[in-house]
Amino acid sequence: MQTYKLTVNGQMREVTADPGTPLLWVLREDLKMTGTKYGCGISACGACTVHMAGVATRSCVVPISLVGDRPIVTIEGIGEDQVGRVVQDAWVAEDVVQCGYCQSGQIMSAVALLKSRRKPTDEDIEDSMGGNICRCGTYVRIRKAIKTAAQQLA
Amino acid sequence: MVYSGTTFRGGAAVLILIACLAGSSTLSHAQENSQRAASMTREAGLAAWQQVYSVLTTPRCINCHTATNYPEQGDDRHRHLFNVVRGPGGKGVPGLNCATCHQSANADSTGVPGAYNWHLAPLSMKWQDTNDNILSSVAVCRSLTDRSKNDSLDGPGILRHHKQEPLVLWAFQPGHRRDGTARSLPPLTHDQFVAATRTWVDAGTPCPQNP
Repeated sequence: MQTYKLTVNGQMREVTADPGTPLLWVLREDLKMTGTKYGCGISACGACTVHMAGVATRSCVVPISLVGDRPIVTIEGIGEDQVGRVVQDAWVAEDVVQCGYCQSGQIMSAVALLKSRRKPTDEDIEDSMGGNICRCGTYVRIRKAIKTAAQQLA
Repeated sequence: MVYSGTTFRGGAAVLILIACLAGSSTLSHAQENSQRAASMTREAGLAAWQQVYSVLTTPRCINCHTATNYPEQGDDRHRHLFNVVRGPGGKGVPGLNCATCHQSANADSTGVPGAYNWHLAPLSMKWQDTNDNILSSVAVCRSLTDRSKNDSLDGPGILRHHKQEPLVLWAFQPGHRRDGTARSLPPLTHDQFVAATRTWVDAGTPCPQNP
């Protein structure tokens, strides 16, 4: 076991964990931040997506030992970000969510997309969101919400 | 005197002729030696290239030297899962970058390989065709030595790339898969790969003639 200092949503947190422990489990089990979801555990579904130094990252496959000093933002903190707030509002406005399990990951990926592309095309959305799976099939509403957010940010 | 002079002149001519013949013979011998050495060097260079090619075309290397919009995975070189795409800089797209999963080192506890600056090779360095068939030794060699395609690397530059590039080094220490088994390795060690590259570079980076 080792002790790690993490910056999560702007706050310094200290955790003691095995170096191989995935960041997801540190967030959920040690820090009790359960907004980030466990879906597949092999980075295939995107439910566990957080931002690490601004990069959308699959927390289920990143061992805590490889996080380093990169600041982490989770779904609990993304609303503090201007783009994050707009995306969350668009999600509500377009009533995107059905069961909701994948949606924290969807929002984190959508925010990463909109931070890089303020006017994403359908192809941009498909490429960037293609790794986030929704078993309820809310893809059409996700696309619409991203476009709504893009308009808000224009 | 005339006779003597003639004799002298005739003797001088013979001496000059002998000297010329001797000179010509010495030059031809040196040329032959030099040609033989060059041919041996070229032969050694071509043999070394085949060793280099055997490494470049293993899954650890070629999975990221694709001609397509996606990387490959595994020893069977299947299309990368999770809808991963190349992106404009070979590092994926916003929201789904290579760094979304691949960190600066192998993550053996989760089975995700990693090294500094994980990315796809540019399309100019594709070593496969668009149907994912591996290109011939000739084609890969020509691409690799074409400075308009290889980021302007000369022979020593290619050698340096093979010695130092983190993604090249990764191929020889590729870590473990999700199930805990070790990923397969190239047919040479890194030291042998660098030695083969050096021999090939020293021979002038010769490429085979026939596909």
